[in-house]
Amino acid sequence: MLGHKQLQSAIISVSLLLVGSAASARETVEVVGSSTVYPFSTVVAERYGRSSGKPTPKIEATGSGGGMKLFCSGVGTNFPDITNSSRRMKKSEFDQCQRNGVEEIIEVHVGFDGIVLANSVAAQPIALTRKDIFLALAARVPGASDGQLIDNPYTTWRDVNPNLPADPIEVMGPPPTSGTRDAFVELAMEGGCQEIAWLEALKESDKLAFKIICHTIREDGLYIEAGENDNLIVQKLQANPRALGIFGFSFLDQNADTVRGARIDSVAPEFESIADKSYPISRPLYFYIKKAHVGVVPGIQGFINEFTSEKAWGDEGYLADKGMIPLPQASRRTTAKNTRGLVAMTGDEALK
Amino acid sequence: MSNSNRNLKRIQSSLVWRYRAEKAFRWCGVVAVALGLLAVLALFSDIIIKGKGAFFATYMQFEVTYDQELLGIDNFADDQQLIIADWESLYKSALRADFPDVRKRADKRKLYALVSDGTGYDLKARLLADPKLLGQSEIIWLLADDDIDTYFKTLLDGNAYTARLTDNQVEWLEQLDGTERMRLQFNANFFNRGDSREPEQAGIKGAVIGSLLTLVLTLILSFPIGIAAAIYLEEFAPKNRWTEFIEVNINNLAAVPSIIFGLLGLAIFINFFHIPRSIPVIGGLVLAVMTLPTIIITSRAAITSVPPSIREAALGMGASRNQMVLHHVLPLALPGILTGAIIGMARALGETAPLLMIGMVAFIADIPGSFTEPATVLPVQIFLWADSPERAFIEKTSAAIMVLLSFLILMNISAVWLRKRLERRW
Repeated sequence: MLGHKQLQSAIISVSLLLVGSAASARETVEVVGSSTVYPFSTVVAERYGRSSGKPTPKIEATGSGGGMKLFCSGVGTNFPDITNSSRRMKKSEFDQCQRNGVEEIIEVHVGFDGIVLANSVAAQPIALTRKDIFLALAARVPGASDGQLIDNPYTTWRDVNPNLPADPIEVMGPPPTSGTRDAFVELAMEGGCQEIAWLEALKESDKLAFKIICHTIREDGLYIEAGENDNLIVQKLQANPRALGIFGFSFLDQNADTVRGARIDSVAPEFESIADKSYPISRPLYFYIKKAHVGVVPGIQGFINEFTSEKAWGDEGYLADKGMIPLPQASRRTTAKNTRGLVAMTGDEALK
Repeated sequence: MSNSNRNLKRIQSSLVWRYRAEKAFRWCGVVAVALGLLAVLALFSDIIIKGKGAFFATYMQFEVTYDQELLGIDNFADDQQLIIADWESLYKSALRADFPDVRKRADKRKLYALVSDGTGYDLKARLLADPKLLGQSEIIWLLADDDIDTYFKTLLDGNAYTARLTDNQVEWLEQLDGTERMRLQFNANFFNRGDSREPEQAGIKGAVIGSLLTLVLTLILSFPIGIAAAIYLEEFAPKNRWTEFIEVNINNLAAVPSIIFGLLGLAIFINFFHIPRSIPVIGGLVLAVMTLPTIIITSRAAITSVPPSIREAALGMGASRNQMVLHHVLPLALPGILTGAIIGMARALGETAPLLMIGMVAFIADIPGSFTEPATVLPVQIFLWADSPERAFIEKTSAAIMVLLSFLILMNISAVWLRKRLERRW
């Protein structure tokens, strides 16, 4: 039997060995970021791993903001190589990156994702305008005279717009921490907000006040925060045909037998309408590469080549099968060229 | 006399009421237990009904020709050739041969989509395992795509789900089904593959191995430390304010929400000691810290339950305190300690919250081979699948829950067995 001293030293040396070997160079590409890009990024990672025989890149869904924070923390194998984002990098994040030594960043716009409002197929199909959406879901809505705001009094869709059914407003959607919610608020709510003349004028004069009015969702129980899991919302819609749900297009695509997308501004959420941008609620998907890591961590170049290949992100590529809406062909070509040539951001981009 | 008579009467009259109250109370208990059982039953039957499909996968029969020219291989030793070879052509040509009328490019794409898109790699592995097949052809069952799998399973249940298929595809499938060339087969992939974004290729082996590696490390770290702490606190430590303070803290730590341990792991192990994210080492460390209080508390309880007479007898025979503890108290307390450790491990096995912070909630396709390769664990795998858009993952999710539950039940049964078998009553 081992003596206690020996046992002790054995345990210590084993743990040191484990930690020591782990801290050395990394073989696996590390990707963090948006949970919206996650389903697409993972497919590319898997295909790349299987076809090249190299380790499959590791993808973490930390959310766009969380991913940026990790990505911009520094250069070195302890920091991720790539971050996914369902919005463009912010100016503040770019500056953060610069301060922490992440100087050369390659931006890749990969495609679009549609956000749909859907109800159960058991219910009547519904067609909404963005103005209807704003009036139904905003916390405060315009009152009788210009410049007046009242707490949202509407409880049925007919209150909002006489052409809509008299069903009660009941919308299930993501919580404020979600990128889907951010995009929904920005594209649908703000879009509807702008159709009211005095609010549009307010946008020019007082942008902050405009944003607070347009971006605040009501909290009186008619908008139900249903968690980040889109599958759950789909299931709840099946159980409750009167409710509407907000989620990503790929979930509508997969569950066409149980839920139906609402027409927004008289355009149905379909692959083609999102691609040609006639469907108004779609957002761009990005990923960002740390140039300093290319060539140091093996596999980054291979992974981005796979991502920007026609068989992945093309019109008939496997990402389209998974529900991602591709870029137009011309932009694909230039983006692929710039990405493979490792052209870094200059900082002069129109970042917000 | 009349006084005691009155008392007796009063007692007798209250008796009916008291019996009724007791009966009602017992009924409340029965209802509570029944409700609990009903909830468990509903949960289990829901999981089993949803998940049973995952143990079977749809396969389709085709004749595959390992055409040397089509592949462009003449030397199996040349890796470059093997990478470049068009492995997908193997099943594509087989499908084309069966449906020669399909000519348009778009239609062909739909045709190829019938089989799983990992089929090329599967056939490659098959050919590499048996190079004699080159130039031969064989009739083989190919794994179907997840949409086809859903279609076939719903078809067998009587109401086929065709929303994800085109009319052409349904027609081809009806043709295959009509000639008995579609069947359900045991889904071995589910048990011996890692995660995948294609539901039909996804398996839980990666997560099971990841859980195993993480738990082994958790046990190695928390078990000796926990026992040492318990022995010191019970047998050697003086009873003063300091030890009382420590005791209160340990009890508090056992009740701390597990996400806090994840934050601690992030701050100390990752940010300070620079241990990489997502590997079993970091998972094991965090879970070890999390299970330590549980192990210390149960070990202390087991050590206290050893009667003082045994300690006194050992000391009386001239044993040192060290010998008394190691030769007598510890062996007698061990069954209790082990039970506590197993329950602590079972809790660690089911935990996801602390792992969220340290990067183990991630897509990791490769099966981890060591403590320092990226890994994920079973409950995280369940969470990730539940969040996936592909509807075929619903059954995978439930099946993975079944696997996790059976591990947990197994661990709890072994804890009960250990206690029954080895524990001594004094």
